[in-house]
Amino acid sequence: MVYVLIGVGILVCALLAILTRRLLLSAAWLALTSALVALMTYLLGAPHIAVIELSVGAGLVTVLFVFAINIAGEDITPLKSLIPKPLAVGSIVLAGGLALFLILRAAGVLNLTPLTNLESAILWEERYLDLLLQIVLIFSGVLGVIGLLANGKHTPDVEEQS
Amino acid sequence: MNLPIPLVVLITILCLAGIGLYCLLITRNLIKVVIALQLIVKGAVLAFILAGNMTGQLNLAQSMALTVIVADTIVAVVGLALAVQIRLKTGSLDIKSLSSLKR
Repeated sequence: MVYVLIGVGILVCALLAILTRRLLLSAAWLALTSALVALMTYLLGAPHIAVIELSVGAGLVTVLFVFAINIAGEDITPLKSLIPKPLAVGSIVLAGGLALFLILRAAGVLNLTPLTNLESAILWEERYLDLLLQIVLIFSGVLGVIGLLANGKHTPDVEEQS
Repeated sequence: MNLPIPLVVLITILCLAGIGLYCLLITRNLIKVVIALQLIVKGAVLAFILAGNMTGQLNLAQSMALTVIVADTIVAVVGLALAVQIRLKTGSLDIKSLSSLKR
């Protein structure tokens, strides 16, 4: 019952996040979605990921969104979508139904038995390659942001001089 | 009505990914595109944890989910920075204005 409530809450918040016109409210609904996802993750037995999701997904990313919306400004002019809405809904419902059918059929055929804990302990405690990848990703992200923001600052000067 | 927990979580994951995909198909606002990507990745993280829970490899699933969260945050950061730059350059957040960036 708790899972159903949290699931419904996640979906309602996600729907509100994409349907709200104002971008700041959208970001707030996304943060609430993230918090509920963290709660569900915690209930599924993964407290580490719940904490990281809560601090990064609901905290850091929301701050970034507010920062970006503050700089860019609210642009709430209604734009006509590139493809018709019924086509989008139909294709997504079809894809989701097919995915659910395939997953349920695979779960029935495959016997999901718990494996030994040995491999997972090695992968969780000695994941140097994983950490290296994450460090490289963070570094590239920081470099990208610095590059983009620096370009933005210089562009008006160049235009003024020319 | 007593649904099994994995089925409830699975339906939540699929609906979350569906909502994200719908927003990705419909919207033309660049910041909304980043929000849609965030929603899809939240579904992916939940799917990892559910798979780990069902197969008994929760630690492996947590390690994978951590990598996904880090990559997703970087994608959000770079996407938002791009959106801000395009807004400053073209004056709108319309995704169609991206085509005016080629020279």
